Amino acid sequence: MGLIKADEMTLNIGPQHPSTHGVLRLKVKTDGEIVSEITPVIGYLHRCFEKHCEYLTYEQVIPFTDRCDYIAAMNNNFGYVVAVEKMMDIQVPERVEYIRIIMAELNRIASHLLALGTFGLDVGAYTPFLYMFRDRERILDLFEITCGARLLYNYMWIGGVSHDLPVGFVEATYRFLDEFEKKSEEYHNILSYNKIFIERTADVGVLPKDVAIDYGVTGPNLRGSGVKWDLRKDEPYSIYEKFKFEVPVGQGLMGSVGDSWDRYWVRAEEMKESVKIVRQALDKMPRKGDVHEALPKRVRPPQGSIYFRTESPRGDLGYYIISDGKDKPVRVKMRSPAFTALSALSEIASGWMLSDVLVVLGSLDIVLGEIDR
Amino acid sequence: MTIDNIIIWFQSWLPNARIAPLYVAAVLIAALAIFLVMAVNALVAVYAERKISAFMQDRVGPMGQGPGLHAGKWGLLQTVADTIKLILKEDIIPKAADKKLFIIAPFIVFLGAFIALAALPWGPTLIAADMNIGLFYILAVSSFGVIGIIFAAWSSDNKWSLFGGMRSAAQIISYEIPAALSLVAVLLLAGTLSMQGIVANQSGTVWGFLPNWNIFNNPFTFLAFFIYFIAGVAETNRTPFDIPEAESELVAGFHTEYSGMRWAFFFLSEYGNMLVVAGVAVVAFLGGWQSPIDGIMQGPLWGLIWFLLKMTVVILIMIWWRWTFPRLRVDQLMNVAWKVLLPIALFNLFGTAIWTLTIG
Repeated sequence: MGLIKADEMTLNIGPQHPSTHGVLRLKVKTDGEIVSEITPVIGYLHRCFEKHCEYLTYEQVIPFTDRCDYIAAMNNNFGYVVAVEKMMDIQVPERVEYIRIIMAELNRIASHLLALGTFGLDVGAYTPFLYMFRDRERILDLFEITCGARLLYNYMWIGGVSHDLPVGFVEATYRFLDEFEKKSEEYHNILSYNKIFIERTADVGVLPKDVAIDYGVTGPNLRGSGVKWDLRKDEPYSIYEKFKFEVPVGQGLMGSVGDSWDRYWVRAEEMKESVKIVRQALDKMPRKGDVHEALPKRVRPPQGSIYFRTESPRGDLGYYIISDGKDKPVRVKMRSPAFTALSALSEIASGWMLSDVLVVLGSLDIVLGEIDR
Repeated sequence: MTIDNIIIWFQSWLPNARIAPLYVAAVLIAALAIFLVMAVNALVAVYAERKISAFMQDRVGPMGQGPGLHAGKWGLLQTVADTIKLILKEDIIPKAADKKLFIIAPFIVFLGAFIALAALPWGPTLIAADMNIGLFYILAVSSFGVIGIIFAAWSSDNKWSLFGGMRSAAQIISYEIPAALSLVAVLLLAGTLSMQGIVANQSGTVWGFLPNWNIFNNPFTFLAFFIYFIAGVAETNRTPFDIPEAESELVAGFHTEYSGMRWAFFFLSEYGNMLVVAGVAVVAFLGGWQSPIDGIMQGPLWGLIWFLLKMTVVILIMIWWRWTFPRLRVDQLMNVAWKVLLPIALFNLFGTAIWTLTIG
């Protein structure tokens, strides 16, 4: 009798698949349900962002940054405009700084809501996803009354923002924050402490501290592994040093430090911190001021280059801009946090079952628009 | 109203006819009735599922602007519209598919649920076939569908389908054992395999005030109900045991390649299976068509009403589960069946046997 030979099967997950969070293709080698090898294939959403930038003026690049991480467009605008402002040495009015922080943090909540919701969906829980979308909707409504757009805002301009806050925005935001804090308990009841959810995510796809650092993983994924690294605290930009907030890190409450549950938990906690920041910003914000005051007549940064990074909901979002003194950048390079997170996938998800691979992928919270650019 | 009754009724009209054609006619009538039950169940249950899930998720669910527009008032005609859509849809058979198996698979799956319903007692006199091995028959034929699922999975020539089919076969076979063992506990009390016999055994009261349903009879059967229910939900492939068609993992599992009416048959049999599982739970543990208060509101019509009411409650719990729980992983699912439910069910059977010998 010979040995029963079980062949390995190559499985293509995506680019059309319900839980690849965009158009990602995973080439997966499976032995039954066990996955032995994962090769992410990217590029299905490549739109030549960086090359395009070389033919556009500095202002025209902003809408393109929206379209990179379309889940958190405000944060993408933020990094780019602050980088250009740094090059040109522009001081923006205080009110603008506050408005930018409010928008960035609201967008962070919206982005994390989507991340947690789709993560629940990957585990098979449908209802929490819709709860989170219900609340995300209210943030998008706030953005809509401010700048008219719900997803791709082009809100932050070099030296200012496109529209001042509309009448009633501050009150509406306070109201939203109050209700959101109450409602976020619902998520914990239905998802976070659910026994099946914990079984599925705790100890699954553990990303150890050193591996995370080796791969250059940043943001909530890195903090989930227990590294306290948040640019808003460690390299404060804009006026973040004025706010009091904590940096939550994974503690391995349900399993070991750096598992999928920890990454989920860090995002859930970060939403609470963002609520705190938005509250403080609303309290302290100057009530009057012209948001277009510091807009430069002509955007022509002096010759030179800058690398500037901000904390987007997905991690360190860096922009490297080279200027030759003309109205168009010579080179714009974007350092994508989701790209590095995806590169760690095969390291932490190999050897797990097929279902776990998708759970780990969901816990890394990637956005393909940003990976492919 | 059994098939035998229908034949006798026919014979009173046509005293000289041969028995064979009458038998065929009677079976066809019963089959039609069961098919209608399944179709209506699907119509109602799908609507209920959509509306309930919508209410649970802060949505409104299917809505229409009025008769003739969209899906009627409150979306009441939504499932009808869906059915029409499914009938009109193109029926796609993949080029690489094993055509014969691909065509026949949905009907085999459907058949499993369909013939199981024949032995469900809807009322004191309302049952298609009151066999003396009714419960055994239902257990036997409800695992029939898994053959169809494997056919579908294999013939689709799709890796996702294959995964789904393999998972489904493993799951249904595993969960059949605890389900059957917990039903054996009921058989010890009833002393019969006949569905009507099991229900008739549950009349009267127990502990003074509770109806003498098997679930209240003793602590072991109380536990047996939950084992059966969990295993039953697993057999219907519903959340949290929906790994064979896990949308976020396997696209749609074994029916990935199916479309139109063929897909609808899978859907129909899923809801038919819910009906079977709920029906058996009601018959074996919840007193079947017996009234909850002894001696009041009994009779053929009340029997039907009680049976339907109890079944609705059980199905509503299944719907509630589906929209609350995440999904288990395939190995966790197997662990639950073999390491948790099976030992408890065995212990439970032992306990029931001791109880019936000593106290009962």
